[in-house]
Amino acid sequence: MSVLVQMSGGPDGPMSTTRKVRSALGPWARENRRELEKRHPAVFAGSPTNRAITVAVVLGLFGLLVFALWRLDFSFARIGAGIGQLAHFLTLMVPPSSGTWARFWLFLHSLGETVAISLLGTFTAAVLAFPFGFLAAKNVMTQRVLHFFTRRGLDTIRGVDTLIWALIWINVVGLGPFAGILAIMSSDFGSFGKLFSEAVEAVDGKPVEGVASTGGSQLARIRFGILPQVLPVFAGQVLYYFESNTRSATIIGIVGAGGIGMYLTEAIRTLEWQQVSLLVLMILVTVAVIDQISSRIRFAVIGERRIET
Amino acid sequence: MIRDPPVPTGGSFHVLPFPSRLRPIFGDPMPTSLPRLPDDRLAPLLGSYAEAMRTARLKTLAAAAILAVVVIVAGRFAEVDLARMIGRIGTVGDYVVRIFTFDGGDNVGRFVLTAPGEWMWGLVHWGKLIFETLLIAYAGTAMGAVAAFVLCFMAARNLGRHPWLRATVKRFLEFCRTVPELVFALIFVIAFGLGAMPGVLAIAIHTTGALGKMFSEVVENIDMKPVEGATAAGGSWWQTVRFAAVPQVLSNFASYTLLRFEINVRGASVMGFVGAGGIGQDLIEAIRKFYYADVSAILVLIIATVMVIDLLTERLRHRLIGREART
Repeated sequence: MSVLVQMSGGPDGPMSTTRKVRSALGPWARENRRELEKRHPAVFAGSPTNRAITVAVVLGLFGLLVFALWRLDFSFARIGAGIGQLAHFLTLMVPPSSGTWARFWLFLHSLGETVAISLLGTFTAAVLAFPFGFLAAKNVMTQRVLHFFTRRGLDTIRGVDTLIWALIWINVVGLGPFAGILAIMSSDFGSFGKLFSEAVEAVDGKPVEGVASTGGSQLARIRFGILPQVLPVFAGQVLYYFESNTRSATIIGIVGAGGIGMYLTEAIRTLEWQQVSLLVLMILVTVAVIDQISSRIRFAVIGERRIET
Repeated sequence: MIRDPPVPTGGSFHVLPFPSRLRPIFGDPMPTSLPRLPDDRLAPLLGSYAEAMRTARLKTLAAAAILAVVVIVAGRFAEVDLARMIGRIGTVGDYVVRIFTFDGGDNVGRFVLTAPGEWMWGLVHWGKLIFETLLIAYAGTAMGAVAAFVLCFMAARNLGRHPWLRATVKRFLEFCRTVPELVFALIFVIAFGLGAMPGVLAIAIHTTGALGKMFSEVVENIDMKPVEGATAAGGSWWQTVRFAAVPQVLSNFASYTLLRFEINVRGASVMGFVGAGGIGQDLIEAIRKFYYADVSAILVLIIATVMVIDLLTERLRHRLIGREART
């Protein structure tokens, strides 16, 4: 701040507006650079090295991208041909249509199924993950070994994609939406466990201390010291996941775990583009509506706050 | 540091009774004395407290009732059959045992770890596929992040200059992140042909949508003083963004991108389900053809990879956030 003030009122007088300044520093600052460097070491410190590191990192990342594209057989000819195809598909997509009304009702029913899968999956995952949120939190679970294994266990569950869970559950309960619910429940159980435990670790320690100082047991400390602080955060995260799960629930039908995904896959594979566009539109509208509802409730519960996913 | 509580004038002192029925749950109370208000002032306070508690309780009950109704209706819709679930719950254990048991060869019926070499017979092949999966995730994340970086400043409320441009960009980003990446992959496989390319493009598009939203939220939260300064000094829109906004948001952007990379590794692991490259192709084949030991081997490899990536990105993110906190 002081640099700017002195530049405009410095010995050179006001800066001329017509002359092009090559350096980022004004003429007065350039003359007195050494003194400025001494006064504001943080601004000048190590700038050449920092710049070199930045350039190296950017070049490295770019090189890796080029390598990846080469390794994965990217070719501009294929991209060009593919984009032509896509444009052709797009023209075939209008107007969106289901063909018959009976089919439209089928679509609507499976859309309802999708929302139900998402809701039940999120809900059961939240209920199951609730105790683990505390078990995996460092400030509650002081037993280091148990804490470590709970965390790693949750990470393992989280590492498996919803679709893989769906395939596994289909082997257990058979094809259908129930497998979808269990799949969403499984993968979200891991995510919720992690998010909940992070929320518990981030609580203000003072209420807990307060409860402890009045002679509260460990259970009382959790119930009256931690729970009131984390419950709104939990609720916000669950609502956020409900919305994002509606999106994932639309695809688990690809492997036969219920919902609208089955019809979408079928329509894409049989090149029924009008049905594809209708189904995509239906998904977009549903997700937008659920987004609205869940963010309303979220703001009512926790106020306008960003949620780390 | 323990100080005596200030003594209020005009009130009397005695020990608050601690309900003995709570003793087994909350432990013994420490002997302590608290100031007590005279009864005539205490009564209205207690009354309003009870009133507040009652409304809070009613609200909770109402919310629970609504939730219960919604859950039951949803259960009907999704054909939840608890009886079947309970009847077949044993199958979960069976399946887990089965995938960790050899189903053929010399070691039929033995636990896979007794012959790790045979269990991981395809390690070189699977390793290559996992490497390919990582590359798909990386290329998709990188391309998506660049696109999101370009678009986010136009979508941000505080920097987007043209309302119609902002609305268009926002709708576009919404579209990109709402349509699941597998749907894009399915369509791209038909348009571009089988292989990793449709997978990369699908992930890139989804990443553009997801990161574009997060990036623009970061931009909306920046300190506007540097922006005003740059505008006041006659900077163009590009210069304002470059010198006033970008330095503030870069570390956050990097952190979000790393998080997305981790998510995309998981997403890329199932791209093969629809023929869009990576390890997914082998996994779905093993599951569908009941090669049980292969299922567990591939799953273990995927989980290990995701965990390593998770740890690495988390460490990097903490360093980034730490650096930001210091400056």
